[in-house]
Amino acid sequence: MQTMKAVITVIGHDQVGIVAKVSQRLATLKVNITDISQTLMHGDFTMMLMGEWNDQDVQFEVVKQGLQDLAKETGLSINIQRQELFDAIQKL
Amino acid sequence: METKQILDTIQMISEEKLDIRTITMGISLFDCIDSDGEKARQKIYDKLTTSAKDLVKVADQIESEYGIPIVNKRISVTPISMIAAACHDDNYVAYAQTMEKAAETLGVDLIGGFSALVQKGYQSGDRKLIASMPQALSETKRVCGSVNVGSTRAGINMDAVKQMGQIVKDLSEIDPVSCMSLVVFANAVEDNPFMAGAFHGVGEADKVINVGISGPGVVKRALEQVKGESIDTVSETIKKTAFKVTRMGQFVGNVAAKALDVPFGIVDLSLAPTPSQGDSVAEILEEIGLESVGAPGTTAALALLNDAVKKGGVMACEHVGGLSGAFIPVSEDSGMIKAVEHGNLNLEKLEAMTAVCSVGLDMVAVPGDTSAETISGMIADEAAIGVINNKTTAVRVIPAKGKKVGEQIDFGGIFGYAPVMPVNTNSPAKFVARGGRIPAPIHSFKN
Repeated sequence: MQTMKAVITVIGHDQVGIVAKVSQRLATLKVNITDISQTLMHGDFTMMLMGEWNDQDVQFEVVKQGLQDLAKETGLSINIQRQELFDAIQKL
Repeated sequence: METKQILDTIQMISEEKLDIRTITMGISLFDCIDSDGEKARQKIYDKLTTSAKDLVKVADQIESEYGIPIVNKRISVTPISMIAAACHDDNYVAYAQTMEKAAETLGVDLIGGFSALVQKGYQSGDRKLIASMPQALSETKRVCGSVNVGSTRAGINMDAVKQMGQIVKDLSEIDPVSCMSLVVFANAVEDNPFMAGAFHGVGEADKVINVGISGPGVVKRALEQVKGESIDTVSETIKKTAFKVTRMGQFVGNVAAKALDVPFGIVDLSLAPTPSQGDSVAEILEEIGLESVGAPGTTAALALLNDAVKKGGVMACEHVGGLSGAFIPVSEDSGMIKAVEHGNLNLEKLEAMTAVCSVGLDMVAVPGDTSAETISGMIADEAAIGVINNKTTAVRVIPAKGKKVGEQIDFGGIFGYAPVMPVNTNSPAKFVARGGRIPAPIHSFKN
């Protein structure tokens, strides 16, 4: 089994149930949330999630598409990037 | 990982236009040599289309999964003057067409290596290749060519300098925009992933992945946080930023090399601008404290920038190579364009700047009536700066056919547009006509 680790960022106008909608969708996609944090930045709701899943069960593209669909439905900006990038840039 | 670090990384990519400028696959064509030109070209096409068949796919996948824009996918090949020399063809345009066809099939943006190395003299293939350049480069869209006319070890081949002035002029008469596909080098490097000067050197492996990074916007944004502080702080800030940018290049190169099962060569630590706002090397220099690029102090600020980028980047990756430094192409940098349009930057100052950064007079438009000898003179000056200072220099000038100072020429996309710059009109014709070779400088004798 290969674990895929990704950083998911959600940015948009604060609204009721953002966390619920995103985590619900991630659960459907079989993505386990390992860390979550949120803040208001320049008046925008900003949430960051660290997610991981089994690469063999669900492909990256599927998760990405699932989140893009959610972004369209909710008007939020949702991005997903594999975590290794952040490690490479920020850690020695 | 801390939230701040994640946001910092995302901001670098989304707002500050950090990107991978190019993933370039270098491919050796030595095993394609054949005395029959047709056969050689078929072997070249086959080798290119098999070796790089997944290049675009892998790059697109990296872009999607890691969220890093990869602006260009490119190929560099062994200088065609060496590969084609064994065949009996009199002109090598067909080789350029084969390269074009392969690039088109693969979906890569550019393919470099329609090149010759003549710093000390010509072999028969060099002569034919250079003569083919105007037709080859004007009839293809993706093919890039370069000619190395000097090196610190060999001196400057003034016959080649003379000929290249004429070739640039001839190419501009057919199609001035094609001049952006032709670079004249001194001290050309063998692992450069950037175009138009990329070729796959003879000392390279069969295949290799090289990565060129970008990111002037990230450096500028970082410097905005240290306004008014001492130059030491400026240097430290650039180093730290260059480190992060380079780490990304190293990471992407590793991922791409692994996915393609090709060895990872080098990261080219260059600050490569694009014409979009906020992606400009000129704006970094202005952020350091110049009213406009071109002001007295510009050369010093650029020297500092160039050096700090290298120092920051060197530790961030396994192997540094290519040109590595700050690029100052006029047409591809909105700040440079503005400075030229406002009369704040002239060719002479640009030339001085090329003594302290990578490359040279790059994407500079000159009046259409500029003579071949004048262009040769510009090439000789740049080559001298490179040869004497042990660095790469290049000339990529565009004689804008039918245009005068103040008018502009458009290249489209990431290549931008260039205002036509005035050139000193005193003629170097007799100097250029002498031909021969400027001997290698005394400090090149190191053995």
